[in-house]
Amino acid sequence: MSLVFFLSDDALALACGAERVAAALRAHAPDAEIRRTSSWGMHWLEPLLEVERGGVRTGYGPVTAADVPAILAGEAEHLALGPVDGHPFIAAQTRLTFARAGRTRPLDLGDYRATGGWRGLERAREIGPAAVLDAVTRSGLRGRGGAGFPAGIKWKTVAEAAGPVKYIVCNADEGDSGTFADRMLMEGDPYCLIEGMAIAGFATGANKAFVYIRSEYPHAIAKMRAAVEASAGIVAPFAIEIREGAGAYVCGEETSLLNSIEGRRGEVRAKPPLPAHEGLFGRPTVINNVLTLAAIPFILAEGPEAYAEFGMGRSRGTMPIQLAGNIRQGGLFETAFGATLGELVIDIGGGTASGRSVRAVQVGGPLGAYFPPSLFDTPFDYEAFAARDGLIGHGGITVFDDSVDMARQARFAMAFCAAESCGKCTPCRLGSTRGVETIDRIIAARAAAPTPVRAELVGTQSTAGQPLPSLSTAEKKGSTSTSSVQTEKGQAELTAALTLIEDLCETMKFGSLCALGGFTPYPVLSALHHFPEDFGGAAETAPAGSEA
Amino acid sequence: MVDFDEHIARALIARHAAREGPLLPILHDLQAEFGWIPEEAVRLVAHVLNLSRAEVHGVVSFYHDFRDAPEPRPVLKLCRAESCQARGADALAVHAEAVAGDRIAIETVYCLGLCSVGPNALTGRDHLHARLDAGAIDALVAAL
Ligand SMILES: Cc1cc2nc3c(=O)[nH]c(=O)nc-3n(C[C@H](O)[C@H](O)[C@H](O)COP(=O)(O)O)c2cc1C
Ligand code: SF4
Ligand code: FES
Repeated sequence: MSLVFFLSDDALALACGAERVAAALRAHAPDAEIRRTSSWGMHWLEPLLEVERGGVRTGYGPVTAADVPAILAGEAEHLALGPVDGHPFIAAQTRLTFARAGRTRPLDLGDYRATGGWRGLERAREIGPAAVLDAVTRSGLRGRGGAGFPAGIKWKTVAEAAGPVKYIVCNADEGDSGTFADRMLMEGDPYCLIEGMAIAGFATGANKAFVYIRSEYPHAIAKMRAAVEASAGIVAPFAIEIREGAGAYVCGEETSLLNSIEGRRGEVRAKPPLPAHEGLFGRPTVINNVLTLAAIPFILAEGPEAYAEFGMGRSRGTMPIQLAGNIRQGGLFETAFGATLGELVIDIGGGTASGRSVRAVQVGGPLGAYFPPSLFDTPFDYEAFAARDGLIGHGGITVFDDSVDMARQARFAMAFCAAESCGKCTPCRLGSTRGVETIDRIIAARAAAPTPVRAELVGTQSTAGQPLPSLSTAEKKGSTSTSSVQTEKGQAELTAALTLIEDLCETMKFGSLCALGGFTPYPVLSALHHFPEDFGGAAETAPAGSEA
Repeated sequence: MVDFDEHIARALIARHAAREGPLLPILHDLQAEFGWIPEEAVRLVAHVLNLSRAEVHGVVSFYHDFRDAPEPRPVLKLCRAESCQARGADALAVHAEAVAGDRIAIETVYCLGLCSVGPNALTGRDHLHARLDAGAIDALVAAL
């Protein structure tokens, strides 16, 4: 009976020990074939091994090398998942961009073509640039990098710009914590991104593309380099070059990224001129996120209506949502816009990994707001999040349990901004440092607040068995036992610091050139407003963390 | 890490000099070769690319990846970003510093794209480690 193994070689699977599993398979079943596929995106089950015996494919996970003999002997029922494509986490998704995830070998051109690869590019060449622009516009596709700008309009601007040299730039800087969809796409289905870029080049008249990948993604860089080389003939005369970032978060901002490719400091440029008019090396440039470009082959191959049919309001199509942080079932969940935060975190994600209650989720990376469970009815949609002073950004959801100290999270947001600021605007560069100092004063002063700092939290923490310890625990315990003698002075200090932080956030919002300085107030103010009890205030009336 | 060698440096620079925007690829290669960007390398790059030394310095200092001083110790880059914080990275960092002592450099990285299986770390150029706890850190540090 023929025996075939399927095991991902995605960076996350490798980090979880997939290579050790592969070595055990080679040792115990030397004649069997091992196919290294992309990841299904069910990260809590990685390394996920599929075994095909006589044409029947069964999944196991999470697998260690030590489990291999039992799996081969058919004695690993506790790890068995059944057919993986029927797993509830997969079956509940609408995978348009990640249709190949888990199913194909990333660099295998045969697998790619057999699963509909290059059909979008072929269709584009049949219908011509103007019809491609029209299709992208009608699909309703908006930029997946964070700002949600309509892709069709951007492409049209570049197509109409005069000039013999134009560029496509793919933004693969993916610096937001809680996001990994760009990485998974590049490592798991690199030809899909290449096809999307080639279509963009065809539609706009650009012959050259740069993919700017963050240096923290060495595996994605290697896969993309190999894929660009292997597919060069297919996309020619369109040419693609891979560029490696150098560890600066701000280089994800599009104009900073262009400066970085040009070999300069990654400072943000003032707009106008828009990159579509004067971008890379002063030429008209389309700059799009990985997921924006990777959505294009489907839109061309299946038609814009097939894409636009999904979604809600002005958010059309699907979003590869990334479930991260302290979540039981973390991973990639591609679904039509409109699923609520609660469905994603609780129903799909299964709540926290620690087993404690969910207290806060940060949506949209380090510049995104913290939401309490009382806002879990918010649908995943650009406008719905904006209406609640948040953003969906690149689609990352980071879950925190009830051991989180929201004042510390607010402090981190300011510290991150200070560390990553490009230095061009004073409110961002200096305001963030003042922000850190001010939150430190709040943390010192909140002990003296009239309402003891989250007494209920201290209570639950005395019960043992906290699997994911947090630094802040000890401090919080100490803080509640402070005597009331200092109360008055402390309260005045606290009030002054709280006023200052609100003012500082206003200044940063309106005095910053880009969203690093301009949006850092989102995590800070959302923490302050939804979790005032961590800042020495009284809890919100519908107490956060009471459900879930 | 190897000592600066002008012949090697010139060859690395020449590989990229004709590209559009050659500076970052050159600096990456120089750092991969020498472990940091020595002053002699800055001077050479500035000369070949017809830039001022201040311009090259400005670029080297802007990016967190480029070192302007050598780091002879093995490096463990621990992710300290939000998703790893939510899974206990702050406490783990304190532990890592303690066991690393002076022998290993513990550095901070903000996100490795493995945010569902943290706390995570990177050693070498591409060796990733997930689901770290105190025991795993002890083993990692001992093996470096
Ligand atoms: C500080 C900062 C960091 C950003 N990081 C990224 C990033 O890592 N990836 C990305 O695609 N867009 C990022 N953006 C958004 C880009 O500026 C830009 O909107 C995007 O590349 C446009 O592509 P899209 O329309 O396909 O989304 C960032 C913006 C800011 C202000
Ligand atoms: S807001 Fe900050 S990162 Fe953005 S341009 Fe200003 S200083 Fe640079
Ligand atoms: S936050 Fe640590 S890997 Fe993303």
